[in-house]
Amino acid sequence: MKDISKSINKVDNEEKISGKAKYVSDYYDVDYLYAKTVRSIHPKAIIKHIDKPDLPEGYYYVDYRDIPGKNFVKIIFEDMPVFAEKEVNYVGEPIMLIVGKDKEVIQDIERNIKIDYEVLTPVFAYKDSAVHYHFHKGDAKQAFRDYDQIIKYDYDTGYQEQLYIEPQGMLGTIDGDKVTLIGSIQCPYYVKNAVISILDTSENNVRVKQATVGGAFGGKEEFPSLTACQLAVALKKINKPIKLIYDREEDIEVTTKRHPSKITLQAAIKNQKIAGLRCHVRLDGGAYIGLSGVVLSRALIASTGVYTIDHLEVNGDVYSTNTVPNGAFRGFGAPQMLFAIEMFMNHIAKDLKIDPLAFRFEYLAKQHDQTSTQGTFRDPIMMTELIHKAMEMSSYIEKVKAYQDENIYKGIGMSFVLHGCGFTGSGEATHINAKVKLKKDDQEKVHILIAAVDMGQGVKTTMKKIVAQILEIPLDDIVFNHPDTDFVPDSGPTVASRTIMIVGGLVARAALSLKKQWTIGEEVVVDEHYQQPEYIKWDEEHFIGDAYPAYSWGVNVVEVEVSKVTYEVTIVGSWSTYDVGKAIDERIILGQADGGHLQGLGFGYLEVMNHKNGHIEQKNVTDYIIPTSVDTPMMETVLIDNPYPLGPYGAKGAGELPLVGGAPAVALAIEQAINHKVHSVPVTPEKMMEMILNGKN
Amino acid sequence: MAKIEFTLNNKIISIDEHPNRRLLDVLRDQLLQTGVKEGCGEGECGACAVLLNGEIVNSCMVPLGNVLHKEIITIEGYRETKQYQVLKEAYSIEGAVQCGFCTPGMMIASEALLRKNPHPSDKEIRDGISGNLCRCTGYNMIIKAIKRASEEGEGLW
Ligand code: FES
Ligand code: FES
Repeated sequence: MKDISKSINKVDNEEKISGKAKYVSDYYDVDYLYAKTVRSIHPKAIIKHIDKPDLPEGYYYVDYRDIPGKNFVKIIFEDMPVFAEKEVNYVGEPIMLIVGKDKEVIQDIERNIKIDYEVLTPVFAYKDSAVHYHFHKGDAKQAFRDYDQIIKYDYDTGYQEQLYIEPQGMLGTIDGDKVTLIGSIQCPYYVKNAVISILDTSENNVRVKQATVGGAFGGKEEFPSLTACQLAVALKKINKPIKLIYDREEDIEVTTKRHPSKITLQAAIKNQKIAGLRCHVRLDGGAYIGLSGVVLSRALIASTGVYTIDHLEVNGDVYSTNTVPNGAFRGFGAPQMLFAIEMFMNHIAKDLKIDPLAFRFEYLAKQHDQTSTQGTFRDPIMMTELIHKAMEMSSYIEKVKAYQDENIYKGIGMSFVLHGCGFTGSGEATHINAKVKLKKDDQEKVHILIAAVDMGQGVKTTMKKIVAQILEIPLDDIVFNHPDTDFVPDSGPTVASRTIMIVGGLVARAALSLKKQWTIGEEVVVDEHYQQPEYIKWDEEHFIGDAYPAYSWGVNVVEVEVSKVTYEVTIVGSWSTYDVGKAIDERIILGQADGGHLQGLGFGYLEVMNHKNGHIEQKNVTDYIIPTSVDTPMMETVLIDNPYPLGPYGAKGAGELPLVGGAPAVALAIEQAINHKVHSVPVTPEKMMEMILNGKN
Repeated sequence: MAKIEFTLNNKIISIDEHPNRRLLDVLRDQLLQTGVKEGCGEGECGACAVLLNGEIVNSCMVPLGNVLHKEIITIEGYRETKQYQVLKEAYSIEGAVQCGFCTPGMMIASEALLRKNPHPSDKEIRDGISGNLCRCTGYNMIIKAIKRASEEGEGLW
């Protein structure tokens, strides 16, 4: 049998390179009306009165009064309204839509709307905790009673914007009672369920289809449910096709971002060893909770990184602030936490005057060790191999030595990371319960019917490869269209590095049974659904048990040069090694590795976003800088096979892993170059200057 | 409103439009050149790149009036050429495409670069596509693709 990792031509290359692929803004099949959102200009205010100009023929206002169901976006909590009613809680909060034929007329109308606000005092500080989690392992209290020394540092991370190159977009049509939404989305069923709820209608009346997605990275996980709800309400009222496409500024200003965080880590040191660890993660949730609690729990579970720490106490809070709600972004809380713990392990070693590498090696998790939540690392862990390979590729040891001199301004940093694959905790079994379907038609073509979205990560290609290899049929005999909820079962959202491992695993199982049932000339349909392995137990309330069925592992080495004059950072090289179980297509995984890692590097040193009184300050691509081809080094990546028994062909998650270690690797490299401890990312030239001026190390 | 005539993918076009309208909107909304993408609308991302008299421009920054009697090639026209075929193969083999939203613009940038410099170094390629943002690939595979095309397309540029 051929090695599944061997790369093939991706099935959607042709349509994407030629410009034929249809993204949501490319639909001109019928005459769509345009919709524009009227938004709050205050971070917190009461809407006292809205003075609206009379509308020309064919133009409409749509607001909360048009909503048939309950006015909230169905995510987890019932807290975020689809249209603000009496109050607004962040700058950019949607109040209503203006819908009509001509964009310029719509703009004119918008300019003439006068909203009378009673402005209230907004909250930006981390003081109103909306979600609090706590767990512990071992006896941290004892460790913090009997110690030689306590080492404590605060770490913080900034906003990060997904900046998919295709802005958010949704379009809708209506036929009788049935609304159809086509969008740039990751999760067709999240959208469908949200729309069912806002319209207070039955399942059959809502159809959701994916358009080709121009990048998502988590940004199109929960956010599109909001635009879909708004559009659905508008469709019901107006009864004509409508397009809602954001321009870049609107997209940056009002869509979800990576949560800024403040993380405090404390170690009780006894005999030069970590006797106990305390961790407190604080996330800025923004105005509504959305997925923030889930992001927090992933961060907390990652609190010990790749290390085994026996005595642990973990606390976490999501704070409500009057800022744009934060949400899913590739890594989902782990990038913040891994940055903090990787820096902390190095900082402890430095303070104890121990070689940081040796110190970190001592705590590396091994197979059968207990995880941070008292689960078990069941499968072999190949960190040692990954680390040695990465060190060899990058000449790490030589360079660490060579750059020790303070005046060289060069540095090399290495991060060790892991990423839990699939939903946190019992999510897969209790909340998602994925279903997949394979159908062989009488023409002997096999249709993959799943809700997984190809947003560039190559799932159309990899799913087809899995099915082709099992059924021993050519790729061309397999059909995998963009998901359409009228045809595909709910195999869950395209998130959490779960698509290949979980959904692909089910597809593989379905393919095996299809193979057995195959009858020439007849239609055969096979269903599969998720079953949690018996041994996985999770106590959601106390954070006890196996938080994930499997983990992917990685090592990132980054080398930098810092300008002595401007403190500008040049990334000179980047070397990575990963264990993602088994790559279903090597080049696709290497592509994920490059792209994900570059986002992680951007998070670490380049991408600055702030708000001022609740107004996002970097609202376009000129002000919010992401890496260009010139900022990007050659990136070398090696994959080490370590097949996971329950993944298809041994595959585990791969999408988020390469991002997670980017920030600590580049921050550690900068730390060496400027010879000052780094506690905050992105490490901008301004921050470096300040550290050097303050002189403390 | 004014009558504006130009060549689009070797066909003469004449339209009645305000000369201040963005070329990008005219290309997409009226001429259905939907391979030309809008990523930022402010000249920073290159998703809307087209060739204007053989030079790369961001069509979101070009008022329609500026293309009077000029020649525009979009991805829809470019995909009919031999050079496109070579680049397409190279992009596929090297894995240069993920979400694909930047890709048509990248292809135009690749063509513009190879026209000027058929044998670019890695550094020249980086500079050549620095006006085109890609958030998915990390650029390395695109750079390798352009390199490969420059080798395989020997004599074409
Ligand atoms: S849309 Fe024209 S440069 Fe971005
Ligand atoms: S492939 Fe997605 S932006 Fe380039």
